[in-house]
Amino acid sequence: MGRYVIRRLLQMVPVFIGTTFLIFVMVYALGDPVAAMFGDKAPDPATAAQIRHAMYLDHSLPAQYVHYMKQIFTGDFGTSASGQPVTQLMGSAFPVTIRLTLVAFVIEAVAGVGLGLIAGLRRGRLADSGVLAFTLIVVAVPTFVTGYVLQYFLGVKWHVANPAVAEGAPIGDLIMPGVVLAGVSLAYVARLTRTSVAENSRADYLRTAVAKGLPRRRVVTVHLLRNSLIPVVTFLGTDIGGLMAGAVVTERIFNIHGVGYQLYQGILRQNPPTVVGFVTILVIIFLAANLIVDLLYAVLDPRIRYA
Amino acid sequence: MRGAKSAKWVVGAAVVALAATACGSGGSSDAGGSNDGIVRAWWGDPQNPLEPANTNEVQGGKVLDMIFMDLKEYDPTTGKANLEAAQSITTNDQQNFTVKLKPGLKFSDGTPVTASSFVDAWNYGALLTNKQLNAYFFEDIAGYDQVHPATGAPTAKTMSGLKVVDNGTFTVKLTQKFSTWPDRLGYKAFAPLPKSFFTDHAGYLDKPVGDGPYKVVSYDKGSSMKLVPNPYYTGPSKPKNKGVLLKVYTDSNTAYADLQAGNLDVLDDIPAEQLSHAKSDLDGRLLNQPAGIIQTVSFPLNQKAWNAPGMDKVRLGLSMAIDRKTITQKIFQGTRTPAGDLTSPVLGAAGGYSATIAGDSVTYNPTKARELIKEGGGIPGGHMTIGYNADSGSHKEWVDAVCNSINNVLGNNKACVGAPTGTFADFRNQITKGEMTNPFRSGWQMDYPLIDDFLTPLYATGGSSNDSHYSNPQFDALLKQANAEPDTAKATELYQQAEKLLFKDMPVIPLWYQNGEAGWSSRVSHVTENAFSYPVYTDITVNN
Repeated sequence: MGRYVIRRLLQMVPVFIGTTFLIFVMVYALGDPVAAMFGDKAPDPATAAQIRHAMYLDHSLPAQYVHYMKQIFTGDFGTSASGQPVTQLMGSAFPVTIRLTLVAFVIEAVAGVGLGLIAGLRRGRLADSGVLAFTLIVVAVPTFVTGYVLQYFLGVKWHVANPAVAEGAPIGDLIMPGVVLAGVSLAYVARLTRTSVAENSRADYLRTAVAKGLPRRRVVTVHLLRNSLIPVVTFLGTDIGGLMAGAVVTERIFNIHGVGYQLYQGILRQNPPTVVGFVTILVIIFLAANLIVDLLYAVLDPRIRYA
Repeated sequence: MRGAKSAKWVVGAAVVALAATACGSGGSSDAGGSNDGIVRAWWGDPQNPLEPANTNEVQGGKVLDMIFMDLKEYDPTTGKANLEAAQSITTNDQQNFTVKLKPGLKFSDGTPVTASSFVDAWNYGALLTNKQLNAYFFEDIAGYDQVHPATGAPTAKTMSGLKVVDNGTFTVKLTQKFSTWPDRLGYKAFAPLPKSFFTDHAGYLDKPVGDGPYKVVSYDKGSSMKLVPNPYYTGPSKPKNKGVLLKVYTDSNTAYADLQAGNLDVLDDIPAEQLSHAKSDLDGRLLNQPAGIIQTVSFPLNQKAWNAPGMDKVRLGLSMAIDRKTITQKIFQGTRTPAGDLTSPVLGAAGGYSATIAGDSVTYNPTKARELIKEGGGIPGGHMTIGYNADSGSHKEWVDAVCNSINNVLGNNKACVGAPTGTFADFRNQITKGEMTNPFRSGWQMDYPLIDDFLTPLYATGGSSNDSHYSNPQFDALLKQANAEPDTAKATELYQQAEKLLFKDMPVIPLWYQNGEAGWSSRVSHVTENAFSYPVYTDITVNN
């Protein structure tokens, strides 16, 4: 298994280089960041040339990429439009987004698996149909609609929660955004769990467990749930990346100064270092999450082995 | 057992893979209570570092306005430039100016404001290698060519036109006569800078220091800034509150929700979709007035098709074919005001604004429009487009409406259509390179509330933002005459004479002035906006 992990880590290198190069090309091909700084006015050519030079924009694209990668490996991610080092932005944005993602992840995992388990154990009854209808609605309504609706009713009308997250993003303020962010994935988790539970509850080993006279709680948690969670874990793992990316919308709605907000600002102001830097880190997180999911299989299912 | 062993590997892999992504934690500060007399105001993250000569957009400008006092300041209601940091600005020949400062002025760090605070700041702003976006503001000062050559490296570090006489006096020599030049000095690019700006630049950017009504207490980049009254400030606009907390919001819809929930006091960016019901949501605590921004459609006069003899009639006809009133009401919910000239109401009548100067040329008149377009030989090729950038500002809606209006007048559904360009940068590139073959949208946000700023850069031959490539010797001559005229009233009259030519030649179609909006909570009162559409923070009072 050690060799497997090492191989997987090595495989990340080309994926990492490939994705960053693609993002780099896309961002730099998008338009002229210098012209955008001057607003509606025509840029002063001499000043524009100076800025281009300082941003290394007066070189060919491959040269810019090599220069950028060199900088990255020395820990220098460049500066944002407002002159702040991108690493500083990351330092303030990632903890916030990670906190939001964790809140959403917990909600998604607990509520999703819970609902799925109930529906799976009570197939065809009212609870099952209820969960089915609920997940359908949640999947059908776009995130920004749920976001604004909850914000208006809970925040503005009923004063249950703050409509905008306060500075420093305290956990209490993050619960409503977390619910919104988790919404769609929660529905998928519930349905995956339901199907999986429904299938496994007819399996031989489960009948054996029941026949052995094991208590019902043990049958459900250890035998049924553990085996039913394999597809769910796959989904949850890859969804961490999805949650972080989905945070672009949620963060904007709820005034969370996290990764999504910084990315949005970077794109709006056509500031390549911000966009490429943040996406690069997201790529690394995504790769790591995938690896962890693959390894978790072995924990859940002794039949799966890596060599 | 196997489970436990595998788990160890999972942890190991996680540590290796995530080693690069270690991160610190963000700080937080108090959000402003209810009884501290501090105004909580909406803010957008400034696009550039907060240096006076490097800030060319509203959010940064807002802060500079609060923390700096210039030689002159613009009156928030009339837009008139009044002396503030300067005791006097005198000239005998409209080209050499002597500036005397008021005695005893101090920056918020307690250091004195001297003549060199201004001269050093201006030299810094103009020097090419400092990459300041507003460097062109100093181009009228003698010696600018040496510190900011069009190509190559600068040959001097300071402008020869600026000379410090003593602690409280300096002289300015301009490249040519320019009587209204001192009125420009209210723009924040001309702000004085303290010594610390040059000695500890990074420290300065973390916590800017100025000589204005407010001083920065804390600045958390990208999220908030707290300002309190500057104890050393002796100017006329002393703050009537105990401070301002500027809060950065990710989205103005969120800020609007926060305003309704009572967590925010002043919001000067009311989202367009909320405007129709904002007045009732906020119990009338809403302000909507023209700002120093005018929107136009420019004709590419460098293209023969649009510049041929007789085409001026077509251009005039097109202007009369646009139903501005209906479009501003229906599309913009009254947040634009139909244009009556090519300046802005913020100038005031004395400053050169006139609602009637354009006369019939901007009045919707389908019959006359049809006649004029026909007389002039019709739209080139029988078909035109209006170019716009599709990435911001919902331009599609109004461009379609303008085209619709033209099409209705001409009775031809295909006479005019919108032509989107993907990004703003790309759009601007095509314009500056002169590649546009059809009319395109254009807008101008004033630098200072002076009629000159609405004419010279836009329509003088070779002007820095003359996107339509308009050139009229008579127009240029009138501007020159106006610049040399010592009497401001007479100069303004000459500028207006020049402006009148534009309604005959129609290099651009005046459309409407953009309005500034502000909504506020019941916790504060006396919210107004100045000529730049910034809330006048110093006047806001907090109710108990």
